[in-house]
Amino acid sequence: MSGTGDEEPGGLGRLGRAAVDSPTAVDPLLTLILPVDHGHGAVLGSSAKQVRRQQLGLLLRSRTFLVGAAILLLWIVCAIFGGMFRPYDPLAVNLFTTNAPPSGVHLFGTDSLGRDVLSRAIIGSREILFVAPSSAALGTIFGTVMGLVQGYYRGLVDMITGRIIEAYLALPLVIAAFVFIVALGPSILTLVLVISITFGFLISRTVRTAVLLERDLDYVAAARLQGEGAMHNMFVEILPNVMGPIIVEFTVRLGYAIFLVATLSFLGFGVSPPTPDWGADIAANYQYLVAGYWWETLFPALAIASLITAINLMGDSIETVVIQ
Amino acid sequence: MGRYILKRLGLAILTLLLLSLIVFLAGQVLPGNPGRLILGNFASQRSVDILNRQLGLDHPVLLQYWEWATRIMHGNFGRSYQFQAPVISFLFPAAGRSLKLASLAFVIVVPLSILGGVVAALNRGRTVDRIISTIGLSLSTLPEFVSGIVLIVVFAIELKILPVSANAPPGSGVLIQLRYLLLPAIPLVLVLFGYIARIARAGTVEALESDYVRTATLKGLRRRTVIVRHMLRNSMLPTMTVVATQTGYLIGGLVVTETLFNYPGLGRLIYNAAVAKDFPMLEAGVLVIGVVYLTATLLADLLATFLNPRVRLQGFE
Repeated sequence: MSGTGDEEPGGLGRLGRAAVDSPTAVDPLLTLILPVDHGHGAVLGSSAKQVRRQQLGLLLRSRTFLVGAAILLLWIVCAIFGGMFRPYDPLAVNLFTTNAPPSGVHLFGTDSLGRDVLSRAIIGSREILFVAPSSAALGTIFGTVMGLVQGYYRGLVDMITGRIIEAYLALPLVIAAFVFIVALGPSILTLVLVISITFGFLISRTVRTAVLLERDLDYVAAARLQGEGAMHNMFVEILPNVMGPIIVEFTVRLGYAIFLVATLSFLGFGVSPPTPDWGADIAANYQYLVAGYWWETLFPALAIASLITAINLMGDSIETVVIQ
Repeated sequence: MGRYILKRLGLAILTLLLLSLIVFLAGQVLPGNPGRLILGNFASQRSVDILNRQLGLDHPVLLQYWEWATRIMHGNFGRSYQFQAPVISFLFPAAGRSLKLASLAFVIVVPLSILGGVVAALNRGRTVDRIISTIGLSLSTLPEFVSGIVLIVVFAIELKILPVSANAPPGSGVLIQLRYLLLPAIPLVLVLFGYIARIARAGTVEALESDYVRTATLKGLRRRTVIVRHMLRNSMLPTMTVVATQTGYLIGGLVVTETLFNYPGLGRLIYNAAVAKDFPMLEAGVLVIGVVYLTATLLADLLATFLNPRVRLQGFE
């Protein structure tokens, strides 16, 4: 996309020349999440803390945000305290009641080993709720540091890292994950590592673009003239002013992290079998769909869908508030 | 113009080289002991050492990369560990099958999502717009295997109007094959719809606010003419670029749908190679995907420049 001119309809224009002339292609999606002007005026006029408090207030009044937060909270409660209120032991095999349809005894039915589907769905949120947020958070930190360095120093550092990132991102994330999982051995740690590295690369592009727009503004020049070092300029001066896009990136990536963790555990690269897990349970039971035993697959699938919807609802409202 | 194309091409080749280096490091260096992988747990240490030497693993890493890269440039992707046969004999038939599935998904999703985006933009702020945007975005974040399962339950098991498997009986005609591929293609369509529609909507909204659309409207042209002749042309440019960048998501999605529907395409080949730690197969598959992705983005870039007269006539940076 680089070099197609900055007056192109569709949003690239907002980024201005600096971004368009860069060696790294800019994902047009980024232009949608990058605020046109994330309000230096506002930050300078009132204190940044006040703006944050206002934003929080707006969020708490948004119905979409609250619905999303409620669903997320439900799953977090299930993950932490689920052991206390699950109806059955999720690991208990009962070969007399295999593939039982939903009924009063087993609300969501039982799976091919006679295990209670509801209990497994309650406990099955544990891995995904740990891996997805931690990889999104690590990726955001990594991407922020990288984007700051790239955007601040520009030049050779930016060019070399930019090319490496572009090469790496030519692989779909699932495929990149395969390569690393196979090379390093499957484990939760590998999962977190590969997702956070990839997210870091993706996020660094957004941060870099935002930093490029900031670095030549007067307040940075003033800091430089005062003799402040690069570290101070990057983290104390520029960082607070590019927080908007970073927060939006985090929420967008969090949804995608859940997508990925679910997908990778469906493919067998998550927790190992007897442990309840939505993706892994679907993988273990979907072959029985043809026989009509839909409940053992459909309920974990709906659980994943509800979690993703919750994150999306929250992400959408956060995006709206931050951009406002 | 020629210079611009050369520059873009050069960058694409550089990216490909770097990608191959990443794949080489991950596939050949990180795992450590290919000899042990090939010969299995019961082979003696001595024969493992001999094989490792035969594979050139005692050479310095850069030399190894050079040997590996020249081998691949000659079309020799090595032998698959799991099948003990040349990788290439599996690679292309599988890629062909994936291409069929991916093309079907693209043929459905591109017109559909552009239509969705344009309709949403024309009804900006109204209920239609909100419905299209919300549904599109929610569906695009739903993993393919989740939507795939819901689709299987509804269309294959309850309504019984589409087959559960993606594999048509051998020798069946194109229409029958399409019928079998339809259900696996829909999850891919659902994932891509939201993104493309969103970009198409943004492009259309921007075009709607532009001076040339206002001029065309004030000239007294019919709304239809304004939309088709003046607006669509401009709003489709960014959309096309996005369609190309989505090939990455599409291929990632292929891995999942092909596994779910038991369809022997490239995605499933790579997945099986990953499960079996079949490094030559994995590397070859990953490289093919990288090449496809880079070619798609390159073509989209060039096409976008050709179609944009402002860029075409001005020359390039």
